[in-house]
Amino acid sequence: MNESVPFGLQLAWFMTTLLFVIALRRLSSPSKARSGIWLAGVGMVIAIVSMYFHPDLRQNQLLIVAAMSIGGGISLLHARRVDMTQIPQMVALYNSLGGIAAAGIAMLVLLNVSEYSVLVKSLAVLGGLIGCIAFSGSFFAYLRLRGYLVRRAGFAQRQVAYIASGALVLLLGLILAASPTAHPVLLLLFVGLAISFGILMTLPTSAADMPVLISLYNALTGLAVAFDGFVLENPAMVVAGTIVFAAGSLLTRLMAKSVNRRLSEIMYSGFGIADESHDADTDRDHVNTIDSQDAAVDIAYADRVVIVPGYGMATAQAQHKLRELTQLLDERGVKTSFAIHPVAGRMPGHMNVLLAEAGVPYEKIQDLSDINAELSQVDVVLVVGANDIVNLAARDETDSPLFGMPILDVDRAKRVIVIKRGDGTGYAGVENPLLFAPITRVLFGDARDSVQDLILAIKGLE
Amino acid sequence: MSSVSALYLVLLAGVAGYVLVARVPSILHTPMMSGSNFIHGIVLAGAMLALGGASTLLEQVIGFIAVAAAAANVVGGFVVTDRMLAFFDKSAIKTSNAAGEKLLRVDGTRKKSISTPSGVDSASKKS
Repeated sequence: MNESVPFGLQLAWFMTTLLFVIALRRLSSPSKARSGIWLAGVGMVIAIVSMYFHPDLRQNQLLIVAAMSIGGGISLLHARRVDMTQIPQMVALYNSLGGIAAAGIAMLVLLNVSEYSVLVKSLAVLGGLIGCIAFSGSFFAYLRLRGYLVRRAGFAQRQVAYIASGALVLLLGLILAASPTAHPVLLLLFVGLAISFGILMTLPTSAADMPVLISLYNALTGLAVAFDGFVLENPAMVVAGTIVFAAGSLLTRLMAKSVNRRLSEIMYSGFGIADESHDADTDRDHVNTIDSQDAAVDIAYADRVVIVPGYGMATAQAQHKLRELTQLLDERGVKTSFAIHPVAGRMPGHMNVLLAEAGVPYEKIQDLSDINAELSQVDVVLVVGANDIVNLAARDETDSPLFGMPILDVDRAKRVIVIKRGDGTGYAGVENPLLFAPITRVLFGDARDSVQDLILAIKGLE
Repeated sequence: MSSVSALYLVLLAGVAGYVLVARVPSILHTPMMSGSNFIHGIVLAGAMLALGGASTLLEQVIGFIAVAAAAANVVGGFVVTDRMLAFFDKSAIKTSNAAGEKLLRVDGTRKKSISTPSGVDSASKKS
């Protein structure tokens, strides 16, 4: 422990760390989670305010306040306005900001190399490298999810570029860590290369895999923060960063497992080259369509209805209408529930958040394995803006790029109604045989409007 | 701090992080990710220190960007996580007694007190 750091400051850091641990513990229970994030918030305020008593914080106090107000202010305005459907993008964006901050700290240390030992410089190099990768990687993930980059880009010599830039950036890092004097040009080259490495990592990934990658970058930022914590001798940063790294790695693995993909596959390949050509429209002539009147009759006279929400529900903001629909059906004595695939939407738990927003009680929400065991007794499955998670190709076609991903076996139900906005394929770009199954009827239209039509039609049945 | 005691710190913090997340039910994965995103915002403390020691213009520019970005990470991470969790709060209040029981089941600590395996509980066991 650095002797020059006053005891009060060390105590503050300890309080912060303690609060973070309690906060994470609380975040694992739905009823206590909110108090958890507030505890973490208190810890953060303690950590930031106490920094003003740090003996090494001598200059630029006004600059610090200005930077904090600008960064925090813009973020506050933005975060309060943003739609809950855009959570994954927002996590990616804020994570990229954390990454660039971690990289910035490492750069400042490396600009003053003469003050530090080789060990500390090596850690700073690692922190900078990982911070840069987390920054550019999650920023490009953000751009992808916002739709600014429509296609994933891949090129033939990707692996070569990967290895070459990786080797070069490591070499530069070694030079930086070993050299006794500061080389701003070398440092900028190092940062530039590390940033392009992150871009190379993200660009070829299919958007369906993006949540897993964002989780990975989140973990990486934690690691970069831990390295910076070493360098700055701040144990709170070391512990918080390490915890985020460990938790993020586990979360990443859980997420990758739920789509039955290996992390290396996601990072290096994406969903094969063929899928861009699959953007060809589903032929409306070959699917059986249904109008909202007939669909309403199917649903209203069923004994049991299961709703499968997907990203289409999120984009159309249909969750409130769906809750209204289930209430209406409950009044008619139809048993309703929601089937949530682990990766429905763009993130694990994405659908749960939206359904919670709409006030759907937990008891109505069923997970993959529970509902799959019961689907054969279900009269109508209503698929709302979901595609890949009910794609039969993932289960039945060994040559499909999706093959092996667990799906909701909705084709076991007596009737499937798919609410679908466009004719296109899902995010993975793979044609879904479910749409052509004899039990399936497709209701074309925006998810919210279609559900609204269903509600009106069911009310009209009285 | 010495390098060796720092290694102990990393080991224990790593185990703590792993254990803390291992019991998170899948419905909380997104808030969890967002929450940990907020927690690594502690990088702001480091960025402040780095800017506080900056002397040249280049250093000040880098430090300024680092502090602003870290502050945005902290504020954005907190607001988004809190907004998300507010929905869980609301639906927890709205739920009936039966759902309240389910809530307990979601909470890892109360698993043993309820015998019927179902729903979210089995999901969290598997993960």
